Amino acid sequence: MKNFEYTIKDELGIHARPAGVLAKEAKKYASTITITKDGKSAQATKLMAVMALGVKNGNTVTVTVEGDDEEQAFEGIKAFFENNL
Amino acid sequence: MECLKGKSAYAGVALGKIAVLSKQDYVIKRKKIDSPEHELERIEKAKEKSLEQLQALYDRAVVEVGEANATIFEVHQMMLEDDDFNEEIENIIRTEMVNAEYAVAKAGDDFSQMFASMDDEYMKARATDVKDISERLVRNLYGKEDNDLNYSEPVIVVADDLSPSETVQMDKNKILAFVTVHGSTNSHTAILARMMNIPALVSTPLNLDELKSGMEAVVDGFTGEVYINPTEEVKNQALEKIQKEKEKQELLLTLKGKENVTKSGKEIKIYANIGSVSDVGYVLTNDAGGIGLFRSEFLYIGRNDLPSEEEQFTAYKQTAQMMAGKKVIIRTLDIGADKQADYLELGEEENPALGYRAIRICLSQPEIFKVQLRAILRASVYGNISVMYPMIISVEEVLKIKEIMAEVKAELTEQGMPFKDIEEGIMIETPAAAMISDELAELVDFFSVGTNDLTQYTLAIDRQNQKLDPFYNAHHKAVLKFIKMAADNAHKAGKWIGICGELGADLTLTKTFVEMGIDELSVSPSMVLKVRKAVRDLD
Repeated sequence: MKNFEYTIKDELGIHARPAGVLAKEAKKYASTITITKDGKSAQATKLMAVMALGVKNGNTVTVTVEGDDEEQAFEGIKAFFENNL
Repeated sequence: MECLKGKSAYAGVALGKIAVLSKQDYVIKRKKIDSPEHELERIEKAKEKSLEQLQALYDRAVVEVGEANATIFEVHQMMLEDDDFNEEIENIIRTEMVNAEYAVAKAGDDFSQMFASMDDEYMKARATDVKDISERLVRNLYGKEDNDLNYSEPVIVVADDLSPSETVQMDKNKILAFVTVHGSTNSHTAILARMMNIPALVSTPLNLDELKSGMEAVVDGFTGEVYINPTEEVKNQALEKIQKEKEKQELLLTLKGKENVTKSGKEIKIYANIGSVSDVGYVLTNDAGGIGLFRSEFLYIGRNDLPSEEEQFTAYKQTAQMMAGKKVIIRTLDIGADKQADYLELGEEENPALGYRAIRICLSQPEIFKVQLRAILRASVYGNISVMYPMIISVEEVLKIKEIMAEVKAELTEQGMPFKDIEEGIMIETPAAAMISDELAELVDFFSVGTNDLTQYTLAIDRQNQKLDPFYNAHHKAVLKFIKMAADNAHKAGKWIGICGELGADLTLTKTFVEMGIDELSVSPSMVLKVRKAVRDLD
């Protein structure tokens, strides 16, 4: 299991569109990718659940990656956060 | 005639017949079924059809409102394929052995309820999106087409709420205005209305059952009012406003992109005053050269606590980005006197105009001031931001501000937060500041004259007191002499000076200001082109 912390820079937070693109990205991997904010978690593949976390600009989330391809998934998802959020 | 007040999502006036858009109310019946597999298959087909429709809507929206605004239909496609949403539908069908339509409607309600209950305006507005997709799915399950939204003559569309897909499907040449009972100024409908340049009201307490398509109405997007069955008088007023708007548009076309230069070649900058980020659109459509006064108070008023650094940063950054390199002058907190925020507990005063307000609060409570300065500095890297301080009366105040500014910059540097060295100016709105403007000019990068307060303090006349009107003279020589004095002192020190009060937009003074060598006039967005015309008409 690998994880990283990330502070959201997008001014709208994790809003609808990036949550949707994130879901698509997360589905590329076999690993389970979980986003946690203030004790609440959602799987990255689930758009509405991720939106429901209500992650705002400036919030810090923990992203956990667990599964067979976790090395790849970790790199891919981390890059996605850095480039899009 | 009936007059109702909603919230304006986009300004403009319309007069015409209404078209009441009622949701296709199929009573969704809950039916027992034998084969869940069959229902799931039907859902798959309806989903496929929905995705196709959404793709078509997306393609259409890209053309009509641009790619950025069209992405909502991409999001709808993604929501439609959301795992949790689909699992819930399947779950309802399997456990309750009910029909697909009922299951979709139920899941749609649940998810939209979840968004509606979030404490975030943006996420709240997403409830409409969820409803939109589940209704689409239900329509396709019933084999019904989308609502027919193509009207034969231009109409004022009245609805409970409009989904983004409904808004974009309408032929915009046939829409005079939008009025909805629900919806926020944050909704996609509001955003799309702005893009389409159509007056729009949201949160309007209409009773749709009492309205019939074909009734006459007037929509005033400036005041947020809608008149049903308007009297001749109201209709005539509306026509006048529409005519005025039309003239403005024509003036705009002839003056847009032109320089603010007199016939003999003297140039003056014309900027606009704004009170919130949502005004930036008007600044751009009226072709202002920049924002000469961004009243930051709106961030502080009408709430129960201080706005956070992030909140302010976002507002300043958005403004700077939207202005794309044009100057944005942010005035720090100018609260007190007639503008109050209860949570600051400023207390009652005998003479509020002469009291604890503006920079006096900021210098007494630097912890509040610093948050704002941090937000402004952080936003500075996203555009061309300047800052100015209100209600200055002394050199000592400016020195104290500089000290605080230096502390804030040092903190940001230490935290590795990027910022630019921005221009710092002061408002000249007290006789004291005008009198010592020679000394003040040495310390700052620019002056901006706040004529409303300068007049009130110079003439010792309370503008709120109507009894004093006979004594009031907006063009009093004393005020004009103060402005001239400040202008001369600014120029002697190699600094520039602007005017951001009401007098800046007084077309009978444009000539005087140009002659004084005023470098910039900041006026309300709707006055920009009129002042430009006045300048261009000067010899």
